[in-house]
Amino acid sequence: MFEVKDLKFKEIVDISSLVINKPITCIVGASGSGKTTFLRMLNRMNVPDRGTITYNGQDIALLDTVKLRRKVVMLGQTPVIYSGTIEENLQIGLQFSQKPLATANAMKESLMKVELNKSLADDCRTLSGGEKQRLCLARVMLMNADVYLLDEPSAALDKYTEKIIIDNLVKFVTEQNKQLVMITHSEEIARRNPNSIIRMENGHIVEEYHE
Amino acid sequence: MNSSVMDLSILQLSIAYVFILILLVIFKSRGIKREKQILIATVRMTIQLTVMGYVLMLVFDHASWWLTASMITIMIAFAIYNAIKRVKNKMSKQLQKMIMVSMVTGALITAVFFIIVVLQVRPWFNPQYFIPISGMIVGNCMTGIALGANKLCSDMDEKRVIIENSLMLGATPAQATKEIVNDAFDSAILPTMNNMLTMGIVSLPGMMTGQILSGTFPLTAIKYQIGIMLAILGATALTTIMFVMLGYRTFFTKDNRLR
Repeated sequence: MFEVKDLKFKEIVDISSLVINKPITCIVGASGSGKTTFLRMLNRMNVPDRGTITYNGQDIALLDTVKLRRKVVMLGQTPVIYSGTIEENLQIGLQFSQKPLATANAMKESLMKVELNKSLADDCRTLSGGEKQRLCLARVMLMNADVYLLDEPSAALDKYTEKIIIDNLVKFVTEQNKQLVMITHSEEIARRNPNSIIRMENGHIVEEYHE
Repeated sequence: MNSSVMDLSILQLSIAYVFILILLVIFKSRGIKREKQILIATVRMTIQLTVMGYVLMLVFDHASWWLTASMITIMIAFAIYNAIKRVKNKMSKQLQKMIMVSMVTGALITAVFFIIVVLQVRPWFNPQYFIPISGMIVGNCMTGIALGANKLCSDMDEKRVIIENSLMLGATPAQATKEIVNDAFDSAILPTMNNMLTMGIVSLPGMMTGQILSGTFPLTAIKYQIGIMLAILGATALTTIMFVMLGYRTFFTKDNRLR
């Protein structure tokens, strides 16, 4: 659970108060409304000029950032693929966070959740933009984090695949008792999976919906 | 073995400048505007070496630890200045400081070890050994660190998105930059390694050639050359690994964000 108070980052984000405590939270808003900057502040990739963010009651400014990011994992807007095979790309998140490596079955299951029909030994250089995004999503889902911060996780996907993958993602988060904070360009996604919807405009929260 | 050395008259030496004239003619005829740099490089090389010759004569005649130490200090300071100048990317003050720390530590430790432990020079500050050997070690460290710094800076810049992604997944800065740090170290070491591969077949190194020309028995010159090559490799490795290991951290804030 995150609690945000009096948060200010340059002229980009200005939030007086916000609580994120539902399993699924969608952040919507026009491009340049401060969504990504705000999301990055939740795992301290950006540091606010003033204000506090607490995670489970602890000020994140006082936490070890590496430990925080291993619990609060973030997937950025640009899919990043490391050189190597699909398997190496799936395992790298677990290696970074020093968690036990995934079994072949777990990796295959994770690929199925994102509708990526590839072998674990395949080289990643041949993947398309959409496939790369799905692989990144599969990597993050394998990480067994407490919170997933996803920035436009379906931006490079077609409507059909987007629906399946987001549904799988929501199911996974709900079943595993995790928390998901997701920026989405799609009002439809936000409406279909609403525990909370936060609408941002010019750095401010202009609308909040909580189930 | 004939130990007499053929001296070189000023007139004989002047004839060698014909190579510069040939170079100037080639550049001029190809329309490459480099004449000024060629002249500056030639004049600087001539003046610097002449001055160094007189300085060495003075230092050899008045051998003392402080004179040797002063010479080494000047050499290292100049090498640090040059290494920093050779890096194309803009470097932070902290990163420049790391170049300084690594150069001083890496080059000095290796030079002192090689001269005192391997060569067993007595007295340790004997300028005839200490200055030229340190000079070779410092010079190679300078090249290595400049190559390493160039690679480190350009990769840290080009791979920013990848590094950020790794941090977002819970990587420490060391984990997020492991490949970049390794590549920078490798690129600094590679020229020395390649040089060693061809040494004796394609190239006869300057020190060895100099010793042979001055009448040293070739096998003695070769032993010195092998020793100095090992010291150069060790010094370059030590200096560069120190630099990259200290240097990568300067790209991050205390709370593990990219600056």
